[in-house]
Amino acid sequence: MAARRKITLDRRKVVGQLLKDRGDLLLVTGLGAPTWDAAAVGDHPNNFYLWGGMGGAVLTGLGLALAQPKRRVLVMTGDGEMLMGVGGLATVAVQKPSNLAICIIDNQRYGETGMQETHTAHGVDLPAMAAGAGFQTALTVYTAKELSAAIPVLHSQPGPVFIDIKVTDSPQSMTLPPRDGPTLKHRFRENLLGQI
Amino acid sequence: MAVKSKTPYTLQRRKVVQRILEDRGDAAVVTGIGNAVHDVASANDDPKNMYLAGIMGGAAMVAFGVALAQPKRRILVITGDGELLAGIGSLATIGVEQPKNLSIIVIDNQAYGATGNQHTHTGRGVDLVGIAAASGFKKTALITTEAELEAELPRIHNQPGPYFAVVKVVSKTSPRINAPKDGTYVSRRFRAAVTGESA
Amino acid sequence: MATKKKTDWSKDVFKVLKKADVQQIAYVPDAGHTSLIKMAIADNAIKPVSLTSEQEGVAVLAGAWLGGEAGALLMQSSGVGNVINMLGMANECRFPLLMLVTMRGEWGEFNPWQVPMGQATESVLEASGVIVHRVDEPSEIAETVEAAAKLAFEGGRMVAVLIGQRVVGFKDWTK
Ligand SMILES: Cc1ncc(C[n+]2csc(CCOP(=O)(O)OP(=O)(O)O)c2C)c(N)n1
Ligand SMILES: [Mg+2]
Repeated sequence: MAARRKITLDRRKVVGQLLKDRGDLLLVTGLGAPTWDAAAVGDHPNNFYLWGGMGGAVLTGLGLALAQPKRRVLVMTGDGEMLMGVGGLATVAVQKPSNLAICIIDNQRYGETGMQETHTAHGVDLPAMAAGAGFQTALTVYTAKELSAAIPVLHSQPGPVFIDIKVTDSPQSMTLPPRDGPTLKHRFRENLLGQI
Repeated sequence: MAVKSKTPYTLQRRKVVQRILEDRGDAAVVTGIGNAVHDVASANDDPKNMYLAGIMGGAAMVAFGVALAQPKRRILVITGDGELLAGIGSLATIGVEQPKNLSIIVIDNQAYGATGNQHTHTGRGVDLVGIAAASGFKKTALITTEAELEAELPRIHNQPGPYFAVVKVVSKTSPRINAPKDGTYVSRRFRAAVTGESA
Repeated sequence: MATKKKTDWSKDVFKVLKKADVQQIAYVPDAGHTSLIKMAIADNAIKPVSLTSEQEGVAVLAGAWLGGEAGALLMQSSGVGNVINMLGMANECRFPLLMLVTMRGEWGEFNPWQVPMGQATESVLEASGVIVHRVDEPSEIAETVEAAAKLAFEGGRMVAVLIGQRVVGFKDWTK
């Protein structure tokens, strides 16, 4: 189980740093706060936001990574969303997509529904689960220094990589990206494929 | 893709389950769908067995519910690797709750034996023991030999849990036996046996 | 949407659950269930079980009943999509199953992604053999849950109480 360390990182700042030099990264976000974070630091046609489908973000990213082997794919989601589809880690590990990175914005809470504690608040160690599933790289980030080291891993180390970033549960302003599914889909495909 | 290459494992699932159940005492047993049902029914058809012949992914949580309701009794889950994988998040839920009287035994043939021996993830790098430990299971074991099985038996039955073991077995189809499959019958029989109330 | 109203029905529902001798409350959170979850955690006689996915809850409550206890499963309507296969067990074994479902994807919904599952919830449950009681009037929630609990635990059936989005409110809702 994960050692308890002090959690100080602010999720918005983390996501801002993560996406600052995103290049042609394709981003899939899990429902709830990770989606608002991505929108807050800058909406982008290469972002595909899930507004539902809880438990499905990692597998959406897997399908995309398999279809676009030359592009880096980042899945950014919450601890609660990840736990709901945690078997997906085994499925990803068996596929070994070298272009897929998974990043958990882990506030140990179901932020959207009233800040109830998730299992990560009680010792469940997601990176250790990912390692058990077969991820060669599975890390936990607590500090700004660890974050700086993790960013290149997320962007360019051969995947699949899994990084759990512990963030505080302080409330954030809400920035809502487009929520119409067909619009998001068309925008994403048009930018990626030149067709819808 | 069916499993063709032989795994290096030698334990026979029927014998393993038989051996575990010899020492069950008054434990209740919940089986997952698949060959585990037949393993348990052929070894020891006891009223304190709940055979799940459906709900792939649900065995551990059914047993967890029993463990909460019957805190003085040992509850054993005997299930397959595919079944466990289908509900793997349950390990985290159980790891958080820390039921002391629950043991999960995965009979791991690295295949979906009941549907034609297609590969499961466990033969391709997925380490269920590691995932259980990461989920907060206090005691875990990987069992590949008879000696290891003998050494783990006291822990399976008595170690304050939650306890989790994977037993690697040969991937060979064993005959199905006529396990009682009427859910209403099996569940009433089970409930009467563990609560002492009439069915 | 007045917060007070929300808390009030939760309190009454909790009393009803206690009276029905519910000892296990399994849940994946929903904002509409916030106070019920808090009460469950605060009550020493209740075993609250936080789940990774709603399907786990159907199985836990099957085990609870096998072991001689009664339970309830709390979720939002999207969670109904996760439980369908697991319901087969409760149906086949005629396990009592009480589900309290807060609705999304209907009255005043702002998130289009909630709409498909929200609109399908009632018919999908019914197609799976669940008896559905729907309630849209705050003052009727507790008595509906009481009737549902009786039907579940004494009548030996799967029963879902759908608590309309009109009751739980939609302002400031984001997920
Ligand atoms: C199947 C299903 N169950 C429950 C919900 C309700 N729900 C929406 S967001 C959310 C919490 C997500 O938590 P997490 O992924 O940790 O994100 P955070 O907001 O904490 O960053 C929940 C429970 C849902 N949308 N779908
Ligand atoms: Mg969270």
